[in-house]
Amino acid sequence: MGEKVFMQGNEAFAESAIRSGCKFFFGYPITPSSEMPEYYAKKAPEEGLTFIQAETEVAAFNMIAGVAATGKRGMTATSGPGFSLGCEAMSYMSAASLPSVVVDVMRPGPADGEILGSQGDYFQLTKGGGHGDYRTIVLAPYSVQEYADFAPLAFELAEKYLNPVVVASDGTLAKMMENVVLPERTSGPERQPWAVDGAKGRPHNDITTCGDGPEQWEAFNLRLQAKYQNIRDNEQRWEEYQTEDADVIIVAFGVYSRVAMAAMKMAREKGLKVGLIRPITLWPFPVKAFENLENKDFFVTELNSGQMVEDVKLAVKDKDRVEFYGRLGGMIPTPVELFNKLCELYMK
Amino acid sequence: MNRVTVNREMCKECEYCLHFCPKKTILKKSDTVNKKGYYAVEAVDMTDCIACGICATVCPEGAIMVEKDV
Amino acid sequence: MSIVYKRPEVFTDEYMKYCGGCGHGIINKVIGELIEENNWQEKAVFVWPIGCSVYADKYFKVDSICALHGRAPAVATGVKRATPENLVISYQGDGDLVSEGMSEIMHSAIRGEKFTVVFVNNAIYGMTGGQMAPTTLMGQHTTTSPYGRAEEFTGHPVNMAEIIAGIPGCYYSERVTVNTPGNIRKMKAAIKKAFEYQMEGKGLTFVEVVSPCPTGWNMKPVKALEWLSESVISTYPLGVFKDLGKEEK
Repeated sequence: MGEKVFMQGNEAFAESAIRSGCKFFFGYPITPSSEMPEYYAKKAPEEGLTFIQAETEVAAFNMIAGVAATGKRGMTATSGPGFSLGCEAMSYMSAASLPSVVVDVMRPGPADGEILGSQGDYFQLTKGGGHGDYRTIVLAPYSVQEYADFAPLAFELAEKYLNPVVVASDGTLAKMMENVVLPERTSGPERQPWAVDGAKGRPHNDITTCGDGPEQWEAFNLRLQAKYQNIRDNEQRWEEYQTEDADVIIVAFGVYSRVAMAAMKMAREKGLKVGLIRPITLWPFPVKAFENLENKDFFVTELNSGQMVEDVKLAVKDKDRVEFYGRLGGMIPTPVELFNKLCELYMK
Repeated sequence: MNRVTVNREMCKECEYCLHFCPKKTILKKSDTVNKKGYYAVEAVDMTDCIACGICATVCPEGAIMVEKDV
Repeated sequence: MSIVYKRPEVFTDEYMKYCGGCGHGIINKVIGELIEENNWQEKAVFVWPIGCSVYADKYFKVDSICALHGRAPAVATGVKRATPENLVISYQGDGDLVSEGMSEIMHSAIRGEKFTVVFVNNAIYGMTGGQMAPTTLMGQHTTTSPYGRAEEFTGHPVNMAEIIAGIPGCYYSERVTVNTPGNIRKMKAAIKKAFEYQMEGKGLTFVEVVSPCPTGWNMKPVKALEWLSESVISTYPLGVFKDLGKEEK
């Protein structure tokens, strides 16, 4: 085990990424993600890191693509407005099968919006955002510890599947300070056989994302789809609490699931059979978590107007038994507010 | 005698080689088309060729090889 | 028999998708010759753009990555920073570099990124079918300037080699062309110098090549070369705009 420190979410992720051998960080300042580029800039000399404050998120994402193409570990971090600009490159890196890591520290949109915590980028992160049929693995941490743990995990998954991985945090988790055990130092992968790092001792490698006729391009796309199916089959992650005997199961993700957990405990204290499912991978969505849950109600709560709830409705047997409650603009319900909502819906 | 070899299937009939050849008697366009439908250039008479390499230098396709008799 | 000219070995046998008389073929070939003559086969990494040269990865037996439209300098930044020992070449057209990717090229120059840009300026969008580019000449007819490029609506052509030369991070900037065998040799010397500076770890090296697009210009290839010589070069004068290496000597 690595050392235990009291650290802010964004800084813990950055430190964990450095310890995971990610020596390249390219980013553009945007609240609430800016501590990450600041951390990399500060640590660059002593850790031998390359940090560039890019001219735009468009450039930052494409610089990451360049580093990933050489087989080395690189990352960027941004928030919704910047991620929108980066979507072009997310589509590109997915097609090019480049193992990059991007953190989206969600804030409330649309447009400039606000700067507190939000989950309004769920659609953008899980359904594409950029053009074409592509998918990216999306990890949603709920604590500073998990945020830090997801740095090495994100790189491992990216390199295992040769696909970009997004870590979806938010303004709350980003700024929160908690005790965290940092990971042991690792150096990242050896020279990758597919990388474009100079054709030394092997035939040349070409990474291309431009189609060469519909037959070739359909075959290319089918290979991507097969990869996505493999990820769906193997990488669904979630946590569940007291779902077996539950009449109502709350579904919530990210740091906000802690509010849901508190509401669940309040309900249990009152003798109400309430459980909780916390999706950890937003894509692939953990449909397996819902497979054997018969005859239950689902209460989906998110910090948006209802985005993940669509995936829950696809995952459950009876979508009419799915209710939704959300807050917008950076507002976060208290446990009491959520508990009252539960009572209002299910204690008629 | 010097030798100019044109890869007939690569030629796209741009005529740069014909235009810049200082001798004008060495290369000419073929009467028949190649697989892509171009009247490819061919080397017909090497008598005056000085193996200057200009035809190959200007060929965008890299379709021409020039050899000098030594 | 001794070989005067032979297709570079670093070239594959792939049939190039360029139109007949396109300057890209000549420029690709010259870069291939330089890679071969200097034994850079294991160090060269191309970043290809979106444009007519997007398939050029198939023509070379060296590593390459195809970037999104305009983003080649950003991708090249990542590649070069991660593998500074390599010869990284951002090969871009004028729609790619001057329009979609103006921000990326300018900031790569501002940061003094240590890769080489080969900028092919043919004053038009070739791949999309002959539309106006920021580099299109005044009065030039294209499919999106059907009455000729007019200053009132579109401003003036952009002289990138001069603009980039004005940025402190640029180490070397030259404009060359391919309209004669002599100028092709000068282009080769310019690109060679740029590559050598890069391998010495100098700042951004930039070679603009004024190049014919017979299809986009709606001309026979030889006629396109004539128009290039008569008209295009008067807007885009040839020459060295910056050579810090020369000044250091």
